[in-house]
Amino acid sequence: MRGSSSDVLLARFADCIFWLARYIERAENLARILDVNETFSRDSRGGQNWRSIVQLNSDEERFFATHPAATAQSVVKFYVIDSANPTSIVSAIRYARENARTLRPLISTEMWVQLNVFYNHLAALGEDDLTPGRLAALFGSIKEACQTHTGITEGTFFRDQGWYFYQLGRYIERADPTTRLLDIKYHLLLPSPTDVGSPTDVGQWNALLRSAAGYHAYRRLHTASTTPARVAGFLLLNQAFPRSVHHCVREVSQLLSEVKSRYALRHANDAAEELDRLRAVLGTLDISTILSDGLHEFLDLMQQQLNAVTRDLSIAFFGYSPEASQAQTATPQ
Amino acid sequence: MELSILDGYDPQSFYCEMLRSSASQVIRQRLSGLSIEALKERAAAANAELYNLGITFTVYSDAQTIDRILPFDVLPRILSAEEWRHIERGIVQRITAINLLLDDVYHDQHVLRDGVVPAELILGNRNYRPLMRGIDLPHKTYVNICGTDIVRDERGTFLVLEDNARTPSGVSYVVENRHMMLRAFPDLLDDVSLREIDHYGARLIAALQEVAPAGVGDPQVVLLSPGTYNSAYFEHVFLAREMGVPLVEGPDLLVEDDRVYMRTTDGLSRVDVIYRRINDDYLDPEAFVPESMLGVPGLMRAYRAGNLALANAVGTGVADDKAVYAYMPRIIRYYLDEDPILPNVETHICREPKALRYTLDRLGELVVKPVGEAGGYGITVGPRASLRELDECRAKLVADPANYISQPCVNLSVAPTLVDGHIEPRHVDLRPFAVTGSSTWVLPGGLTRVALKRGSLVVNSSQGGGSKDTWVIG
Repeated sequence: MRGSSSDVLLARFADCIFWLARYIERAENLARILDVNETFSRDSRGGQNWRSIVQLNSDEERFFATHPAATAQSVVKFYVIDSANPTSIVSAIRYARENARTLRPLISTEMWVQLNVFYNHLAALGEDDLTPGRLAALFGSIKEACQTHTGITEGTFFRDQGWYFYQLGRYIERADPTTRLLDIKYHLLLPSPTDVGSPTDVGQWNALLRSAAGYHAYRRLHTASTTPARVAGFLLLNQAFPRSVHHCVREVSQLLSEVKSRYALRHANDAAEELDRLRAVLGTLDISTILSDGLHEFLDLMQQQLNAVTRDLSIAFFGYSPEASQAQTATPQ
Repeated sequence: MELSILDGYDPQSFYCEMLRSSASQVIRQRLSGLSIEALKERAAAANAELYNLGITFTVYSDAQTIDRILPFDVLPRILSAEEWRHIERGIVQRITAINLLLDDVYHDQHVLRDGVVPAELILGNRNYRPLMRGIDLPHKTYVNICGTDIVRDERGTFLVLEDNARTPSGVSYVVENRHMMLRAFPDLLDDVSLREIDHYGARLIAALQEVAPAGVGDPQVVLLSPGTYNSAYFEHVFLAREMGVPLVEGPDLLVEDDRVYMRTTDGLSRVDVIYRRINDDYLDPEAFVPESMLGVPGLMRAYRAGNLALANAVGTGVADDKAVYAYMPRIIRYYLDEDPILPNVETHICREPKALRYTLDRLGELVVKPVGEAGGYGITVGPRASLRELDECRAKLVADPANYISQPCVNLSVAPTLVDGHIEPRHVDLRPFAVTGSSTWVLPGGLTRVALKRGSLVVNSSQGGGSKDTWVIG
């Protein structure tokens, strides 16, 4: 049967829309993490740890090649306005806009205009805009612009195949910083292995929750107690928290099986099965088991699994060869 | 009459599209109710909106890409119903003749054997495609989309300056300018019987479906673009959206067993009609420029096998060649036995010794154009050129006379235009867009381009041109 145009989605467009969603999600997450670090992440001596932000993004090598030290100023500049840094917010939004430009036949005009204006605004920022007094408002406006994008998309984007690939990108990307945050902060906040499970600086754990926009939800669940294990359990396994790894994996799994059945897409069966399995594992594990078996190993496995899903989608739907899919990131050449 | 923002506006000896038009009375009255400040404010808002909407073309300089808007002038260019009827008939006549010419050139070549057009001019033309010989196209339509450049002289006569029969661009601005006008000046348009232009996409896809390969029930149409870095990418997006068809790039397509497919999330899907915004040269590396990364290997095999329609057809560049243009009046008489409704601008073909001598003798009065270029590049406007520019032009003419034509300097008509907070006369042209499937339809109005520099006659967007909304009233 010949499908009408609306049933057919170009492989290249599926790729672009998947990454459009990822870059926006990435920018929002990064803005939140920087905001929290700037505002809340002070230890008892009033010091802030900016090096961990660089570690979080695995950027040590690139960052320290051009910066002698990870200061508030240098890290914020590197991650907000440095357009030569591919992991900066301005780069993420530039990639998102480039993808949106390609996707203009598919996305709504309102989506495009908002992103176009957002990018032009970010590209015009200079160091003057990064003074301490202005940062909170700046991060707020970046988060809000990303959320505005999400809202416009929800309200105007046609619900065809493209919508599924958008959502898949969003949830896969969302799980990523949660695992990275936990991996780095958990061990950073527990200086020696013997400290694991002991109450430490509660403020730092609260900041970790805030970095994932989970502080108040956590409070509702665990009214008075902040323990490292509970925080980790909440960020990894809570089913109602929209940024938990479990929630993201469940969404990804459902979206993939839905798009496959609704549009009779024949590929990516292995990825669908793997996601089912992962979802089942997350639904049965408890945090104490994860901690005793090794949190780092578990988080590493999660990241590998999510990377594998991206790889599988790239080969099954986006037209990548298995070799090319190793290093792909729908980044405009 | 009350004080008007047009008071003090002086078009001098040029034909003014606003003051001389019978249809502009109502608009002039309404404009008189506006202050120049209000006009400036609305103009600034409209141009800012174009930028935010990304209704831009891309210019490349110093390895940087810059998105520019085509500056939009808020004072519309007016055409009366009678003026439009004349233009419309002239364009339909011309496109009919062009399609007959192309069918003849790629089949029996009567026009060459009867000596109407020098054979060498066609067969030696770089845009002549021997690969097209003997291919029968549905409805014998070669030029599905045509943009005819029309100017108006100081007496108000419409003249055809150029036929753009390959991949003419600009239609997106026609529609977007109208949208901008409706938003910025809803009050100007009340109760004016303005011809609709919103259905261009619907007319276009209907025409493209009409030329689909025989036997295809529900043809899949796609628009083939060179990609986001092409300066006309916005227009490609616009057209794909207005038609509701996929916007593809070369690597999205492939040819298997002489059939064209696009790569989708579920594998390969058939393609029947391609509106291609890529020049012949880059369309198929197997058939044309082998290094082309933009095209699709094997596309011409599918085309020759009758499994694919291309719009426009391959090889239409011989018809809009600036030297062949000079023969258009004769071509129209030859095929249609009619006088041209829209005359040509008098043209001297420098490959002919007499014309070359004439041109060299009057270089300071003439406009000299290379025959193969588009976008206003390489043009020397005699009366405005420096002595050095004239010398350079003379050297080029002598070195390669066949590459040039010359024309008298037409004193293009002007229209009131908002420049630096004043309303001043600026020269304009008109590019109506015609769509041909089994028959020809012309979008009412077209793109009015305006040379924003004082006294300039060059309206091209790449050289400081802007545009206006074009109103066909009545």
